Amino acid sequence: MITAVRKPFAEIAGMLEGSGKVLILGCGTCVTVCMAGGEKEVAILASTLRLANQKDGREMQIAEATIERQCDREFFDSVRDAVVQADVVLSLACGVGVQFLGEVFPDKAVLPGLDTKFYGAAVEQGVWAERCSGCGTCVIGEYGGVCPVTRCSKSLLNGPCGGSQKGKCEVDPQNIDCGWQLIYDRMKALGQLDRLEAVKPIKDWSTGRHGGPGKIVKEEALL
Amino acid sequence: MSTLTMDGLKAGSRLEKILARGHFAVTAELGPPKSADAAVIAAKAGHLRGNVDAANITDNQTAIVRMSSIAAGLLAMKEGIEPIIQITCRDRNRIAIQSDVLGAYALGICNILCLTGDHQKFGNHPTSKNVFDMDSIQLIAMLACMRDQKKFACGDEIRNSKKAPVVEPRILIGGAENPFGDPLEFRAIRLAKKVEAGADFIQTQCIYDMERFAEFMRQVRARGLHEKVKILAGVTPLKSAGMAKYMRDSVAGLSVPDSYIERMDRAADKPAEGIKICIEQIQALREIEGVAGIHIMAIEWEEKVAEIVKGAGLWPRPEPDGEPGVRS
Repeated sequence: MITAVRKPFAEIAGMLEGSGKVLILGCGTCVTVCMAGGEKEVAILASTLRLANQKDGREMQIAEATIERQCDREFFDSVRDAVVQADVVLSLACGVGVQFLGEVFPDKAVLPGLDTKFYGAAVEQGVWAERCSGCGTCVIGEYGGVCPVTRCSKSLLNGPCGGSQKGKCEVDPQNIDCGWQLIYDRMKALGQLDRLEAVKPIKDWSTGRHGGPGKIVKEEALL
Repeated sequence: MSTLTMDGLKAGSRLEKILARGHFAVTAELGPPKSADAAVIAAKAGHLRGNVDAANITDNQTAIVRMSSIAAGLLAMKEGIEPIIQITCRDRNRIAIQSDVLGAYALGICNILCLTGDHQKFGNHPTSKNVFDMDSIQLIAMLACMRDQKKFACGDEIRNSKKAPVVEPRILIGGAENPFGDPLEFRAIRLAKKVEAGADFIQTQCIYDMERFAEFMRQVRARGLHEKVKILAGVTPLKSAGMAKYMRDSVAGLSVPDSYIERMDRAADKPAEGIKICIEQIQALREIEGVAGIHIMAIEWEEKVAEIVKGAGLWPRPEPDGEPGVRS
């Protein structure tokens, strides 16, 4: 999923300074699962804002809503009136959702309530960790199911750097496993260590971010 | 794959000739200044001149901004030092690196050491963006492609136009290896990949744990790698007991045996003891089959290199044909 964390309250309050009618719009998919921008988080943020406004004597009408996804046009229908009535919409979706909200309602001011982080997995209750960088050409199959582009801090494709110690990455030994230790262990367990001996050529990065903003067109799905 | 011989020199550098003739090579490190002060290079070069065959000019090591390695290398060359330019993959993509290699060669630089590069987190601009368009092994392969196939990484010939002559950079290609990084079993495989990619010489991370290094060299010999690449063992003289403990506790991939720490603790003249240990290490490393030279990384202590080289019986340095940095 796409993971995110809520922006600090002071930053959100600062962005909303001077706004009369605010709609806080949650998203029911990825950011609900990672507990950053779902219905519950919308309610908590709305309450905190109301309290702060009361304390500081600010006039602000705050409405709340959450839709299934902010990255699909059809789900916005149910909140069209609420969006139209608001001066500004604070989206608790990922960066995709915030932008798409702005595309669906081009006249409306939209603001991000979250900082979008990465494509990650829930590795344990309450912990999400990055697993994919969306490079556009998946090489995981060559590395025992572990992505060197994402799991190695330097995206090294031919083996670990000198900073791998006791299975940890020197960039942050407390929090980051050495991706190459993981690859080595998996390949060893699979009896495929010899596959790591070949020199991997320079990667074509143009299939991902470095080729400019990506677009997928599926002819059979076009109307 | 690379074997250095005097017939058909690849780059014609002094370092290449020393290695090809089978001399025990001596290289050192020359860190460029954290300023535009060219006098720093002249002073450091003065300590190294006549005592080493070539000197590594580091490339923003530990991700701290310093004078560019190519510029500092040219300044060192003017001071009579043959430079080994270090290039990391952290700050430049394949376009910038190939461009710099052309420029470096045009300026007379003939040795390049290919490195992955320390993560920017450790330097003085930790919020910067890194590049890592390629890794050090791919960098070695790219330089070998430029030199031997006379082509850029994209496949284009290295010529200014269709009618212009091909003028490729003839560079002696080096790589680094940390024999102490994890996973330990992968280190020799990684070295083998560097050899396959086209490395002519290897300089190792500084060695204190001689037993572990000897084990690494056994793995290297088992793969026959010492016959395909010239391996220069890295040493760093200890200045104090504190430095020894710091190296042991805080530098990833380094282990310093207690015996050295005890000696540094006990010694009345600690710098002298550090030099003594370093000289003993060099003598022991010379005895290991497959070690073709020594790489002295006297960090901000270049003035001690002469004493180390002389103490280890490696002075005077042999004079191969040609002048430093001048192509034959």
